[in-house]
Amino acid sequence: MSMAVLFLFLGAAAGPNWSLAADQTPVAGAVFPDITLSAPKSVEAQDYLGVRGKASFKISQIPAQLVILEIFSMYCPYCQREAPQVNELYQLLAKRQDLKDKIKIIGVGTGNSAYEVQVFQDKYAVPFPLFPDENFAIHDAVGRVRTPYFFGIRINPDGSNRIIYSKVGTIHDPQQFLELLLKQADLK
Amino acid sequence: MLKGTHQLLACVAVALLLAIVSPGHAASEQYKGKIYSAGELKPIDSATKLKVGDRAPDFTLSTIDREKVTLNQFREKKNVVISFVPAAWTPVCSDQWPGYNIAKDLFEQNDAILLGITVDNIPTLFAWTQEMGGLWFPVLSDFHPHGAVAKKYGVLRSDGTSERALFVIDKKGIIRYIDVHDINQRPKLEVLLKELEKLKK
Repeated sequence: MSMAVLFLFLGAAAGPNWSLAADQTPVAGAVFPDITLSAPKSVEAQDYLGVRGKASFKISQIPAQLVILEIFSMYCPYCQREAPQVNELYQLLAKRQDLKDKIKIIGVGTGNSAYEVQVFQDKYAVPFPLFPDENFAIHDAVGRVRTPYFFGIRINPDGSNRIIYSKVGTIHDPQQFLELLLKQADLK
Repeated sequence: MLKGTHQLLACVAVALLLAIVSPGHAASEQYKGKIYSAGELKPIDSATKLKVGDRAPDFTLSTIDREKVTLNQFREKKNVVISFVPAAWTPVCSDQWPGYNIAKDLFEQNDAILLGITVDNIPTLFAWTQEMGGLWFPVLSDFHPHGAVAKKYGVLRSDGTSERALFVIDKKGIIRYIDVHDINQRPKLEVLLKELEKLKK
């Protein structure tokens, strides 16, 4: 009996889905892990994130009310196909005077070097900042999600945060996705 | 019996630890649960006799488009990058080529063609690369006689898969770079590109 349980356990650990780590992914309602990113090199990107002059920053330090974080990889075909939709989401926000300072988008290229992230940025003319996660440190912190994976992180005035969206796969229609996030984040 | 249980527990602990801490790879949602994970493998399981400066062994293989590709057809025309990957439908391999797929310009800027090779049969390679959305470079099957080209290049592993290996061959047919990579990790794109840029000099 106990042996059978053990084998089941072993099967889950060594199985093909890497399911174990995925269970550690922070879900909606939880606090997003306290990860630190190096400030982007371009002044334009620094200004977009309000981190001018900083060497590094935490997501909750971005002066916005909602941060949309995409975990992607330059090597992921799904992420490649998703790139135009996420760009469109950025363009939708850029056109909304009432929202563009409240909501920011960033991408983290898991397992990607700075060079590889840049290849992705250039290929799809990604207008928002992308960051390398060469050693999978961020990927580990978010429970080794499959890519693309999207987090919506509500930043509170006191610097605390709460996840309002945590899902793998496409955002589908960018307009509808935005409306969903606004509702979940209680933003108008 | 008790001892056996303890050993088993130790195995479970090790397996769990491996599953948790083994060096990362990010699985694309593209493949859902279809990727077979063999876990952490022996990093390199062959020893190539080829070295930089050697003439690249010629070969002819069939592509998934039912064409034949011969290495020497690129002589005096293109630099050639050969990318051996261990097997279809496995982690790391399933994203290495999609990465190259968006780097076509970078290969072309260096007057290089890319040839992707595995020991899988053509229908398997076809299904796998379709799942990637198709690739711009030829995908060659080294299936029959099994792994003959991988063997010629000294990168056939003892289990019949190939290493994760890159060979850069210049227009004269001379090997200019060899990277028999840790099978568990993806080679950095910039390292390969730097090697290609060296060929311009």
